[in-house]
Amino acid sequence: MAKTGNIIRKKSTKTYVFSYALIVGFWAVVQIMGHMGLLSSKMLGLLIPICAYAIMAVSLNLVVGFLGELSLGHAAFMLSGATAGVVFYNGAGLNMPQVPRVIITLIIGAAAAGLFGVIVGVPVLRFSGDYLAIVTLAFCQILKNVLSTTYLGVDSKGVHLALEQSSFRLEPGAKPLIKGAQPISGINKISPDMMISFTVGIVLLLLTVTFVLNLMNSRAGRAITAIRDDEIAAKSIGINLTRYKLMAFISSAVFAGLAGVIYVLNLSTLDFKKYDYNLSINVLVMVVLGGMGNVPGSIIAAALLTLLPELLRDFSQYRMFIYSIVLIVIMLFNQAPVFVQLRQRLAAKLRGNRQMPEETVETADAGYFEAKKSGKEEE
Amino acid sequence: MALLEVTNLGISFGGLQAVSGFRLSVDSGHLYGLIGPNGAGKTTAFNMLTGMYEPDEGKIILDGVDITGKSPEFISKAGIARTFQNIRLFKRMSVLDNVKVGMHNKVPYGMWHGVLRDGVFRAKEKEMDQRAMNLLEVFGIADKAGHVASQLPYGEQRKLEICRALASEPKLLLLDEPAAGMNPNETIELRETVRKVRDDFGIAILLIEHDMKFVMGICEEITVLEYGKIIAHGDPETVSNDPRVIAAYLGGDDD
Amino acid sequence: MGELLKVENLNVYYGSIHAIKDLSLTVNEGEIVTMIGANGAGKTTTMHAISGLLKPRSGSITYDGHLISRMDAYKIVTLGLAQCPEGRRVFSGLTVHENLELGAYSRKDSKAAVEDDFNMVFELLPRLKERRNQLAGTLSGGEQQMLAMGRALMSKPRMLLLDEPSMGLSPLLVKEIFRTIKRVNENGVTVLLVEQNAKMALNIANRGYVIETGSITMEGKASDLADDPKVKQAYLGGAA
Repeated sequence: MAKTGNIIRKKSTKTYVFSYALIVGFWAVVQIMGHMGLLSSKMLGLLIPICAYAIMAVSLNLVVGFLGELSLGHAAFMLSGATAGVVFYNGAGLNMPQVPRVIITLIIGAAAAGLFGVIVGVPVLRFSGDYLAIVTLAFCQILKNVLSTTYLGVDSKGVHLALEQSSFRLEPGAKPLIKGAQPISGINKISPDMMISFTVGIVLLLLTVTFVLNLMNSRAGRAITAIRDDEIAAKSIGINLTRYKLMAFISSAVFAGLAGVIYVLNLSTLDFKKYDYNLSINVLVMVVLGGMGNVPGSIIAAALLTLLPELLRDFSQYRMFIYSIVLIVIMLFNQAPVFVQLRQRLAAKLRGNRQMPEETVETADAGYFEAKKSGKEEE
Repeated sequence: MALLEVTNLGISFGGLQAVSGFRLSVDSGHLYGLIGPNGAGKTTAFNMLTGMYEPDEGKIILDGVDITGKSPEFISKAGIARTFQNIRLFKRMSVLDNVKVGMHNKVPYGMWHGVLRDGVFRAKEKEMDQRAMNLLEVFGIADKAGHVASQLPYGEQRKLEICRALASEPKLLLLDEPAAGMNPNETIELRETVRKVRDDFGIAILLIEHDMKFVMGICEEITVLEYGKIIAHGDPETVSNDPRVIAAYLGGDDD
Repeated sequence: MGELLKVENLNVYYGSIHAIKDLSLTVNEGEIVTMIGANGAGKTTTMHAISGLLKPRSGSITYDGHLISRMDAYKIVTLGLAQCPEGRRVFSGLTVHENLELGAYSRKDSKAAVEDDFNMVFELLPRLKERRNQLAGTLSGGEQQMLAMGRALMSKPRMLLLDEPSMGLSPLLVKEIFRTIKRVNENGVTVLLVEQNAKMALNIANRGYVIETGSITMEGKASDLADDPKVKQAYLGGAA
């Protein structure tokens, strides 16, 4: 009896070990290469984006992979975290020592994204499927457009907020924090040393991964996956659907907020226009590519898809073409029945044919067809 | 007083009266059958008892608590668990996790205990693992605990669904066509399992089933529905000899 | 009566699970042949392989002289081998009539011939006639089962694969559905039937196969199988 419990635990332990090894390994390799001077400035510039996108993908996986709901608004949470963070960073936090300044910025970014998650989540989670996708997408566009017409600044008379330039007046000398559609620029980096900033990114990624894995391997996580697999059964067992859907949605938003903060602090500018559905879809592609509910997969896919366009820069006009081909090939390898069977056979051979395959695709597993002996509900 | 007391329950969908005047009285520890032609409203009755549908009229009292029109969550906590006609397992989760989800409200702990993996988390998880394995043991599928639920053969999926329902420690278990798609021998085995569940767990069981050997061999009391109305009620002997039941449901004895 | 369907040394895998092992069976023109066996024995898998929903790893399936083991499901239907899947899969948003029309979709003959077959189906399944303008989703379970069968018949099959037609039906409807199968067969349609209700199945079948963990372990005349003590013990609830 203890044995079977152990098999399951072993499987989740494997995921933990693999995820941590992946992240720490990545960090170590970068440190070594950095000290040997093997990283170009272009590569150095990608380190934080890789961390940020990995956090985005892992957190979106919570909603798409584990909860099974399609959200196309993940960029909005990133943007809300980034904006709130930068407003503090360049405003009240401007003259603080750097360490508490960054920490508070991160907290504010996460909180703002979480709050936006609540505002969006409560009305939106009544929908599911295509409807949820469209509504989240709409929220994403709304936030981007509203921020593009927002003017915010502080002077000796207090805080000024306007939605039109004409009604926005600051005392001479006071610096506006948000200037409508103009990108916010002049954001200091976390640290002039890229390796320190990168370490902050890695720590945040570790935090995200730990949170997501721990959550999913606990009571709340089981409730979330149960809802994904069968809402009606989950309801009948006494699971509060709204509560757990919101839990997944808001947690996911909080981490997207963190990702937003480190991303803009690294980039030094915040251009609202960049945070549209394209970005949401890019993150979604990472999740799908890495595998639904597969945390290390999300990290690998995020790193790969962030690096790939840069690595392909030499091919100039063929860049996006090759990028798309690579996407299709990976997707085929992950999902096409021929490849899946091939992988399963290989895995079975490796295991010496003793066990049932751990991975089974729905269309090709024995339980599936035999389990289809289900009449429709009577009424 | 009976464990479950249902009076004058009715519901209609778009003007069509699906169930009306439904009443039921199930004592604790009893095995009770609900039979009737396809489309008679049996599953609809189950859906009202479990809070999936809100009845238009009538009352459902479970162990002294009025659960009429309450949410499935409330009713699950109050002590009713069910299985489904077309098995509804959490297909991509492990067998063990399916049962542990069933304990959702029985062994609760907050989200942060799980995220921080503290002592509470470890103690509760250990308790759940143990209880779940014991349940799986009873049904003889403990060795499959690590499998993905959809990998189980059909008969074991039915068993797992019952396990999951029992994990919430219900006072009343509703089984919707538990023997559907089983051959006669598997049905006999299932009959023993159901009886064992009643005896070991001391709970009442209300079941919908078309396999008459199964129903007659196990139920102590039977209610027959046709077109949403009760047409007969009593012990298996009485019901199976009732001319209206024979005409509407059993058919002539020509096989 | 020649061989209409011949399955030889069929092997089907799900990943590394060997679900069907060297299974062979034949169905002659005009017969009702039944496959009985426990859950998970491989009955439905065999059916899926025959109807082209699954591709076997090895072995051959020949129907009316055509090798169909590598053919796509829709092409197999056009050869006159129709499948009536378990679980009453009807198009619930369409009316009974429209469901039946879709059954005739793969046919290329005249409207009049299709009209004839409507009448044939309504004669065999009079309940469907009463409900011809009702949405399929609003039918009761038994009626949906009959509709699924009617739809399969509309493709004017020479052979019909039936997977658990009695599942979830009341005793009265179970009898009716078996009577219908018998009538369909008398109209010249060859039937391969998978059933949990082995007693009823053997009752109407000419021959039967017993399948256990992916292999045929017994075959013979249906009446002989029904009298066989081992079959009685294992599949007819003989112990009770």
